[in-house]
Amino acid sequence: MKKASIIMMIGPLFLLGLFYFPLWNIMLGAPQYPDPLGMNIHIDGIRDVNEFDLKNIDGLNHYIGMRTLPKPEDMWEFSTFPLVIGGMVALGVVFGLLGYFKKVSYKWFLGWFILMSILGVLGMYDFNAWMVDYGTNLDPHAIMKLSNADGTPMTYSPPLFGRANMLNFQVTSLPSIGAWLMFVGMTLTLVAFFKGWKNRNFNAIQD
Amino acid sequence: MKKYQFQLIALIGSVLLFSGCGNQNGKGISNGALSSSNAEKVYVAPGEQDEFYAFMSGGYSGNLTVYGLPSGRMFKEIPVFSQFPTSGYGYSEETKPMLETSFGFVPWDDAHHPDISQSKGELDGRWIFINGNNTPRIARISLSTFETEEIIELPNSAGNHSSSFITENTEYVVAGTRFSVPVPQRDMPISEYKSNFKGALSFISVDPDHGHMDIKFQLMMPGFNYDLSHPGRDKSHGWFFFTTYNTEEANSLLEVNASQNDKDFIAAVNWKKIEEYVNNGGGTMMPANYAHNVYDEATHTATSTMKKEVLTVDPLKVPGAVYFLPTPKSPHGCDVDPTGQYIIGNGKLSADLTVHSFDKMIAAIEGEKFDGEAYGIPILKFEDVLAGTVKSGGLGPLHTEFDGKGNAYTTFFISSEVVKWKLGTWEVIDRKPTFYSVGHLMIPGGNSRKPFGKYVVAMNKITKDRYLPTGPELEHSAQLYDISGDKMELIYDFPTHGEPHYAAGIPAELLAPKSKKIYRLDENKHPYAVTSPDGSKVVREGNEVHVYMSMIRSHFTPDNIEGIKVGDKVYFHITNHEQDFDVPHGFAMIGQNSSELLIMPGQTKTSVWEPKQPGVWPFYCTDFCSALHQEMQGYVRVSPANSDVPLTFTLGE
Repeated sequence: MKKASIIMMIGPLFLLGLFYFPLWNIMLGAPQYPDPLGMNIHIDGIRDVNEFDLKNIDGLNHYIGMRTLPKPEDMWEFSTFPLVIGGMVALGVVFGLLGYFKKVSYKWFLGWFILMSILGVLGMYDFNAWMVDYGTNLDPHAIMKLSNADGTPMTYSPPLFGRANMLNFQVTSLPSIGAWLMFVGMTLTLVAFFKGWKNRNFNAIQD
Repeated sequence: MKKYQFQLIALIGSVLLFSGCGNQNGKGISNGALSSSNAEKVYVAPGEQDEFYAFMSGGYSGNLTVYGLPSGRMFKEIPVFSQFPTSGYGYSEETKPMLETSFGFVPWDDAHHPDISQSKGELDGRWIFINGNNTPRIARISLSTFETEEIIELPNSAGNHSSSFITENTEYVVAGTRFSVPVPQRDMPISEYKSNFKGALSFISVDPDHGHMDIKFQLMMPGFNYDLSHPGRDKSHGWFFFTTYNTEEANSLLEVNASQNDKDFIAAVNWKKIEEYVNNGGGTMMPANYAHNVYDEATHTATSTMKKEVLTVDPLKVPGAVYFLPTPKSPHGCDVDPTGQYIIGNGKLSADLTVHSFDKMIAAIEGEKFDGEAYGIPILKFEDVLAGTVKSGGLGPLHTEFDGKGNAYTTFFISSEVVKWKLGTWEVIDRKPTFYSVGHLMIPGGNSRKPFGKYVVAMNKITKDRYLPTGPELEHSAQLYDISGDKMELIYDFPTHGEPHYAAGIPAELLAPKSKKIYRLDENKHPYAVTSPDGSKVVREGNEVHVYMSMIRSHFTPDNIEGIKVGDKVYFHITNHEQDFDVPHGFAMIGQNSSELLIMPGQTKTSVWEPKQPGVWPFYCTDFCSALHQEMQGYVRVSPANSDVPLTFTLGE
């Protein structure tokens, strides 16, 4: 249980990476943009990949009537996410500590993992909802109003994961360093749970 | 008969077979095979970039053009001494001061010899300098913005030809006079030229941080023609060498009268010695009047200041500062090899090259072996300083460059060829014709301690039939030689703009990463800049109207202006709000007695318009900026002088 608890304490710390590294990255490339435009989505706001990228993405998006990219103060998510992540890190470390001193069982580790997974899925759902809204809820006075082959108005939501063509741009949307660190951290908590579960009889004897 | 036919077919068949085999081997030394490998050498595929930048002077265009090597593709024309409607240089309020001189606004010059800044004798790619030959000026161009940043006029000078060459740490950019003149200028008979005119050699200090130029001193030499010059380097650093002609001091029919002396001189100037003399208070300050024009990148604006005095130095007052090296036949080019040991005088009326030895020169000076003097300046004995003579067999040598592998390359104007020879042994290794009548040649870094000896570019004076004819007036022609092997190989022709006299080349990797993409809007210090669209306004001050305008894809703010009157002087101060690479916008107003403006992202430029008739007059963006470029336009309502239409400015109302 000691080993499992130490792993449980370390795992959530990987989530601290989200305060420094982007969670997600979206790149927009086109022939006339040999250096693609890009945005890094951090838990507290959207930032340029290269300076002025957001300004230039907004400049292009205004043709098709998309709103400008949100500033941190424009979305509650950017103030809430850091608190949630911070809270979950603290909670995970506390669970690990309590496990180390045998105040809680390994099952709590799984509990943390499930809670984090639910929050993660909710976050992804929210993120996707924003992208859909951002790409569909267009200015009716847009300069260019394009239609799909079936006559429905064209929308411009970037993919949540992977690659898609949007007009002349190829858009690539992938998890970034922050997200990979989070996955590593969450996996570690799962490892902690399994270690605890494997040694449950030994633990029980000890207890 | 049938049998013969069969045999004939068999014969043809076997010939085809043989030739087929030859092709398959691909080793035939046919012309086709050679020219295809030459094509590969100069072919830069779409999307690929060149290996070198080449900066070619524009001669009578007054500007500097930027090319890529080996492709010969032209990238840009940088306006320097000439008004340039393409960008508005010399037309915009910000850049008009760049062309101010003591003679007033001079919108043109004859740009000859570019030279790239150096540190420790190697190209550092900070700035490039170039001379204006006609109204003596030196310009400094930034190699991060590729724009002219500074122009300084030279007093007491005329025909600023032995310029602009820099010392190996860019301590000085040096400019010598081709035409000697009375100093100070005065009304006197031309026939009294001899011993009364002076030849000023100007040493212009370059601020190591900002590049700002200042005339440190002018060396007042005898009234010869100072034709070309180059700095000593490495062991000869601290010296500067100038070729002279017309040591006869003829004032008319120079083609005969200045070609009488068997030998003219290379003047060797110990500038370190003179610098020390000047730093210790030496020299005479004399009244003068010359313009110093500086462009500030932060304000996007140039200012012109008239300077009122210049420090002159009499060479006789600084013992050991100047010596004359006799050099045959009106030498033109004056070139120093990468080690600094050899000084090459290209006697333009002879078949031979004269090479002087720096070590021998120093020994002769120390041994005081003089062969008389000219105007008090000691003349060294020709035999004492001569390192060797290149017996080339060519005619009319002009200029020499170096490949850094112990070889030199000299152009011959009259025999129209480039000759490769070996330093030290003076033997001719190779010669190749040029088409036609070559002037200068250029090897990237060929005038530094570290040349990049892969290509030589020959700049020909005569084009004739090299390209499709375009009437009597043709562009000049450059030719590219591959010099990586023992023998030179002519691999490409390309036309050049204006008349490139000299050029300077530099590896692309030294410049390309530093090239600016935009000007930052948040660093724009222009007094009339609008840094956010809601700062746009129109302000009347008497009959001057200042329009603070911004532009972004694809509209002007404001785009409707009313309340302008006939007789007003309207200043459009326009700021480009883009912060994206290569998104300039233009501005042009109907009937404007000026040029359009091309405004880079983050930049502010000003155009003046004096409306003469009432009406509603459109303006528009001249650079195809986006899919909505054609919509990027606006109107100005002009009312009669006595009307009282209120001043309004709007967008989207």
